[in-house]
Amino acid sequence: MEPIIRVQDVSKSYWRDSFEIPVLNNISFEVPSGEFLALMGPSGSGKTTLLNLIAGIDRPDRGTINVAGTDIVALNESRLASWRATHVGFIFQFYNLIPVLTAYENVELPLLLTSLSKRERREHVETALTVVGLKDRMRHYPKQLSGGQEQRVAIARAITTDPTLLVADEPTGDLDKHSADEILTLLERLNLEFKKTIVMVTHDPRAAEKAHIIRHLDKGELQQN
Amino acid sequence: MKVFKLIFKNALRHKLRTALTILAISIAVMAFGLLRTVVTAWYAGVEASAANRLISRQAVSFIFPLPYSYRDQIAKLPGVEQVTYMNWFQGVYIDKNQFFARMAVDAETIFDVYPEFVLDADQLQTFKRERNSCVVGADLAKQYKFKIGDIIQIEGDIYPGVWQFVVRGIYRPRDKTTDATQMFFHWQYLDERVRQESPERAGNVGWYIIRIADPAQSGAISNQIDGLFKNSRAETKTETERAFQQGFIAAAGAIITAMNFMSFVIIGIIMLVVGNTMIMSARERTREFAVFKTLGFSAGHLVGLILGESMLISALGAGLGLFFTFPFVAGFAAAVPKGFFPIFNVEPSTIILAVSSALVVGFVASIFPIQRALTTRIVDGLRHIG
Ligand SMILES: Nc1ncnc2c1ncn2[C@@H]1O[C@H](COP(=O)(O)OP(=O)(O)OP(=O)(O)O)[C@@H](O)[C@H]1O
Ligand SMILES: [Mg+2]
Repeated sequence: MEPIIRVQDVSKSYWRDSFEIPVLNNISFEVPSGEFLALMGPSGSGKTTLLNLIAGIDRPDRGTINVAGTDIVALNESRLASWRATHVGFIFQFYNLIPVLTAYENVELPLLLTSLSKRERREHVETALTVVGLKDRMRHYPKQLSGGQEQRVAIARAITTDPTLLVADEPTGDLDKHSADEILTLLERLNLEFKKTIVMVTHDPRAAEKAHIIRHLDKGELQQN
Repeated sequence: MKVFKLIFKNALRHKLRTALTILAISIAVMAFGLLRTVVTAWYAGVEASAANRLISRQAVSFIFPLPYSYRDQIAKLPGVEQVTYMNWFQGVYIDKNQFFARMAVDAETIFDVYPEFVLDADQLQTFKRERNSCVVGADLAKQYKFKIGDIIQIEGDIYPGVWQFVVRGIYRPRDKTTDATQMFFHWQYLDERVRQESPERAGNVGWYIIRIADPAQSGAISNQIDGLFKNSRAETKTETERAFQQGFIAAAGAIITAMNFMSFVIIGIIMLVVGNTMIMSARERTREFAVFKTLGFSAGHLVGLILGESMLISALGAGLGLFFTFPFVAGFAAAVPKGFFPIFNVEPSTIILAVSSALVVGFVASIFPIQRALTTRIVDGLRHIG
């Protein structure tokens, strides 16, 4: 299958005061379309950094990143922002829902950037909430939901615009075993049923089991499988 | 769900904090409104003064009198249309808290020189005819329920004794800047009694008011008048009414300057209050802003959210403050001695200044949080622990 993500010779450092902290060192890899890939590795190995680069919320120092046919390193900030809005769904460890908005409004948020009518937006939101099994909770605020439910709302928010790629940074990292299983099952379904390409960073070997490919990152280098 | 709804929900996130901020703004707007009103009331005297009137007073101080005989000499000068004169009578009406101007005037000329005091022709005729009559301003008449034919009794202090005046006219103000709280009676009536009781004080007037044909000539005519009486027993100092009023105001000027200054200090204080609230709320939302950006929201959206919230809070505070300014100012006016400020209105300029200051404050207060939200990179924002 045609790769949907193509990362070539990517390096990235962070600067703290005047110290350079090398994080990623000449990384190259590809993810075929429709894959479910787990990215593992010790803390500080650069997993989040790599995920952020692929998802277009950070920029590499060197190298190219091509996602769904777009050279995202070449895009300027505003083009990159609208590219993210249409192509990437984000799932974070701490859900990152907006606390003053209801589940419905949180899921609707990315749709406000589209030209959809109010009625069309409602259809999208309700579909997404149905997929994650929380349609009956759409009037609830995040603080009225359990962690697992919050994460499901976050997943609904990530899929409501029907993006090609889902990125998840330790989506089960803050959840108990039962909720974690629910989330993993849901991701698996999104991959199989809805053909979403998923890149998931995780520490949890059981989470990684759900993925088709597991890649290990260590000290900024990708291990050969 | 539109941006405005989100702004609204954000503003209500910390209800108590938002409420206190709005309250602080409204109190500041109220205080600003009151201070400005006092300042403008103070200056209203200057604004109301006419450019074609000169005031001639004793050169040393206006508390010293001028001889009545100057009148004809001044009247003869070219460019002088009309000369009238006044004495500050003062006295006590009922008690010392009843504060209004009581003036001994020249009944023949006073209403010619002061066209802003509008008096019906028949009332003017009666006033001129009856030596013990007086004319009061409409506002004064309303306040004390004076009617034509009433007798006003005043206990003299500068001019001792009991004085009685019959109300024969009620003058109306020509416009809002006209002081309708004065009382005028015959200078001749005063002078006759002074002549009997303390002859050495007779034949004196407080100051002359000279109407001139051409305001541009005010400097030249003033010099001529003062020249006439140079080296005499009572030298004069002549200036335009406006300059005279300003000189009068300069005496209390330091306090007024302080009030003026304070009114702007208040704006500075609101700015800090709103700024502080906005910085706190924006800092708490660092991570949320990063999420918004991640989802593809632009810088413009974030500016809208932050600026909108800041403006909403400021506007609500300004609205509330303005709403209470009027009863507040009215309460203040009731608390100071009646007539202390003859003209005491919340000027449109005060309202405009208060509202626009509040809006400027809303704008300025959002600059720092906006700058912060825009320059924080997404990856740093997402790592932020709120
Ligand atoms: N925004 C940043 N500014 C400065 N340094 C950063 C930033 N993000 C990451 N780093 C540093 O880069 C290195 C890799 O961080 P990264 O978050 O990618 O690791 P990770 O593999 O995701 O670790 P974890 O499993 O703990 O989440 C770390 O040393 C981290 O301190
Ligand atoms: Mg990480």
